[in-house]
Amino acid sequence: MAQSYQDLLATAREHVREVQVSDLAARHAAGEAPLVIDIREQSEWDEGHIPGAIHIPRSFLESRIAGVAARDREIILSCASGQRSLLGGTTLQEMGYENVSSLAGGFSRWKQSGHHYDVPRTLTPDQRARFSRHLLIPEVGEEGQLKLLNSRVLMIGAGALGSPAAYYLAAAGVGTIGIVDDDVVDVSNLQRQIIHTTERVGMNKGESAKLAIEALNPGVQVHVHPVRVSRENVIELMSDYDIVLDGTDNFPTRYLLNDASLMTRTPLMHASILRFEGHASVFLPYEGPCYRCLFPEPPPPELAPSCGEAGVLGVLPGLMGNIQATEAIKVLLGIGDPLVGRLLIYDALEMGFTELKIRRDPGCPACGARAELEFRDYDAWCAGIGRHPVQPIPA
Amino acid sequence: MSKVRIPPVLRQATDGARELTIEGATVGEVLEALYEAHPGVRGQLVTPEGELHKFVNLYVNDEDARLMSWLDTELGDRDTLLILPAMAGGAP
Repeated sequence: MAQSYQDLLATAREHVREVQVSDLAARHAAGEAPLVIDIREQSEWDEGHIPGAIHIPRSFLESRIAGVAARDREIILSCASGQRSLLGGTTLQEMGYENVSSLAGGFSRWKQSGHHYDVPRTLTPDQRARFSRHLLIPEVGEEGQLKLLNSRVLMIGAGALGSPAAYYLAAAGVGTIGIVDDDVVDVSNLQRQIIHTTERVGMNKGESAKLAIEALNPGVQVHVHPVRVSRENVIELMSDYDIVLDGTDNFPTRYLLNDASLMTRTPLMHASILRFEGHASVFLPYEGPCYRCLFPEPPPPELAPSCGEAGVLGVLPGLMGNIQATEAIKVLLGIGDPLVGRLLIYDALEMGFTELKIRRDPGCPACGARAELEFRDYDAWCAGIGRHPVQPIPA
Repeated sequence: MSKVRIPPVLRQATDGARELTIEGATVGEVLEALYEAHPGVRGQLVTPEGELHKFVNLYVNDEDARLMSWLDTELGDRDTLLILPAMAGGAP
């Protein structure tokens, strides 16, 4: 006679013993680790499971059980509510497994009873599709992609360097991007600051970048800090992030960021640009040289024109910002050889790259052994107060 | 004689030249010859007391000249002297 689902369950209950959640929890608490086999589907397992449980989806139970347990071993089957596990128990009994029981109420009751459960760190199907080209690279893979998704990068400036860097970091799946910029988009920015648009002229650059990032990858958390980075806020800002990317346009801020990166031990991705030339390096606090090992003193303003004064080729920061983003991803993943102890100089007119060695200076006033690092008045210092003047170039 | 690479901020003083070939057996001699040929450079790199400004880095090929013999570092025909002041730009 044909049996209904209810009939099947009733028959199973007669043969398969049921274990209560409280009993299993008590055995866990006593340090026992009975074999729990969770027979739910992959998506159910991914949402959480009993610690120590082994996952065999119901459809693979018969074919895989032999690889997991001998016939005399105690097995507790678990599913969502305790029904599939009853039916699975009868199948295992038919296969000769004598000591099989079913967890009454299943994972739902386990979770409702407030017991601890594990949520495996895995990519969602959407993330798997989006980052499929990363998953194919052994150096990134699922583990690396999960690292990026859990990473936090602070961008100081959403200008020429920040635009390409923020775009690519967002595309790569960096989970949280903070953007510090108190400036608004100007039409003269659009020759190189590609994260902004003509429509968004007048908008805060952080807000404008947030719109672009969310359109590209809605999975990124973007925190906009519409302030100017200063001695007062830099430590608090940096402490919240794994890596900081220097996309600033002036020496006082560059030296401030260097000192704060040392104080908070936050790796600093450096780049600067002028006309046809770009510099890039990575400053890993106390592991490699810092910005002040390279440039102990800022040049006077006459010798340090900004791009606003001297101009810059629009595509140049595209390359330099992407070097910063590349190095950020490498440092976050712990792969390759980052630009530590090296200054990369790019000359766009020659299409030439030069690399200089930078050594850690034992007497560095910022990171040296005897350095007493504290914030200074960077504006006055960079304005050259108290230093020799530079003579003007004769016309 | 060696090649001297001129950073963007000094090119106004070298009539736009990005690279010059200059006579001299040491870093100091090459710099003196550079000042002779392009007097504007001296005022940019040297203090009134005749010392190089602290913000000026000199590299012989890829090595910091301070870690070599600084101005006494010898230069051969195949060496490049690179003058490197810091650049601020990020383009606001």
